[in-house]
Amino acid sequence: MATMKALVCRECGKEYPTKAIHVCELCFGPLEVKYNYEEIKKGISRKKIQDGPDSIWRYADLLPVQGPTFLGPHAGMTPLVRAKNLGAHLGLDELYIKNDTVNHPTLSFKDRVVAVAITRARELGFETIACASTGNLANSVAAHAAAAGMRAYVFIPGDLEAAKVLGNLIYRPNVVEVEGNYDDVNRLCSEIAGEHGWAFVNINIRPYYAEGSKTLAYETVEQLGWRTPDQVVIPMASGSLLTKIWKGLHEMKTVGLISEVRTKINGAQAEGCSPISTAFKSGRDFFKPVKPKTIAKSLAIGNPADGYYALKATAESKGSMDMVSDDEVVEGIKLLAQTEGIFAETAGGVTIGVLQKLVKQGTIKKSDVTVAYITGNGLKTQEAVIDAVGRPHRIQPSLVSFEQTFKVGKHGGGDA
Amino acid sequence: MIKVRIPTPLRPLTKGQGEVQAQAKSITEMIDNLNASHPGIKDRLCDETGELRRFVNIYVNEEDIRFLKGKDTSLKEGDEVSIVPAIAGGSLCRT
Repeated sequence: MATMKALVCRECGKEYPTKAIHVCELCFGPLEVKYNYEEIKKGISRKKIQDGPDSIWRYADLLPVQGPTFLGPHAGMTPLVRAKNLGAHLGLDELYIKNDTVNHPTLSFKDRVVAVAITRARELGFETIACASTGNLANSVAAHAAAAGMRAYVFIPGDLEAAKVLGNLIYRPNVVEVEGNYDDVNRLCSEIAGEHGWAFVNINIRPYYAEGSKTLAYETVEQLGWRTPDQVVIPMASGSLLTKIWKGLHEMKTVGLISEVRTKINGAQAEGCSPISTAFKSGRDFFKPVKPKTIAKSLAIGNPADGYYALKATAESKGSMDMVSDDEVVEGIKLLAQTEGIFAETAGGVTIGVLQKLVKQGTIKKSDVTVAYITGNGLKTQEAVIDAVGRPHRIQPSLVSFEQTFKVGKHGGGDA
Repeated sequence: MIKVRIPTPLRPLTKGQGEVQAQAKSITEMIDNLNASHPGIKDRLCDETGELRRFVNIYVNEEDIRFLKGKDTSLKEGDEVSIVPAIAGGSLCRT
């Protein structure tokens, strides 16, 4: 551990100590953690990782914490599901779903980033943890804070899904519902972060927090038997997840865990909030902030902080980006559920919808080893599909009533 | 005169003023003129090649100049220019 060297500005290269700061004083660029890879390379190995804990902390050598105490000890190591049925439906030979709908403890990929953020926040001496969130992040911060015995403030937009609101309140943090969209919440939180000495996981702790997403790349490679996929499809809100998966893949090569990275990175957004995908399709390396209007609320960031780097990573990898309509999001959720038995939230519908589009376009080919990242659980966004799933068959508690509804033969078969 | 709104992290260069006036026909000229009255501000807005830094957003009457003509965007009497760091909040250092 303690392989962090400094924070470094991604734009101008100015270095800073590894404190709770996130913006370069000189040029306003974002700060990122710089590691001593030579040192890491000496200590890391496939065997050491495989013998490590069954969580993201098996990759602690590549995470920005000192240790040896880790908060959020069970985050990560979610299943990489071989999606044979969905693959056959789409015409892909080898499709996998990285299933973060079952992450611990709050059923989204945010459990990874929050475990890293809260561990680092505690190391830096903070007692209060906070976030600006589209929902999943708030849930994860609230749960981790409860377990760590820290005070928490979570700030959410006023129009969130009921389960994501309840999924905060149950842990009893201070839940602040802001009358506005995520971008309004984020702007307010930046001001609050300037006034209070709190650890805002996605503001002043962001350089550490964002690194947690790299574990999705590490786990994928390990679970594929130490090889990189040919194609990945990643949902984009701020764009951070996509850039960190790209970074994680390359770090594995840098420290000698794999010999090559041959992955094309593909980004997915919903049409109602697609500033990054729109810029990509227009061939621009900058984006125009938008006012989000989509059921994929967890991706509804109109002014994405890492949009530029997401565009850059996708271009470097020779990948692509696309967007889908809200109807396609619902169809994507249903398709994944009905072929693989995985109930994803709206962001998952975006990912599956875009995956389908990229296959149809021929961007992703039949023989490509493909991984789709499913980052959140459908039980949290029930509003999105409630009118699209039909109703139960209501019958009397009698065999006759059942038999009248279902013409089932004595030895199986049949349907209502 | 053009009204220019200055973000908090740059106010040490404008003696704490959140709004200053400038006489200019383009963004390039505005930055040069601001730098004459508030030395050092150009280095914060532009890199060593003179290009605007990526995480500095400049708006003319609420429109991002990237969608106008960038640094060559023309200015006229009464325009309002805002300089906004893309990542809000500035730095917060805990020692």
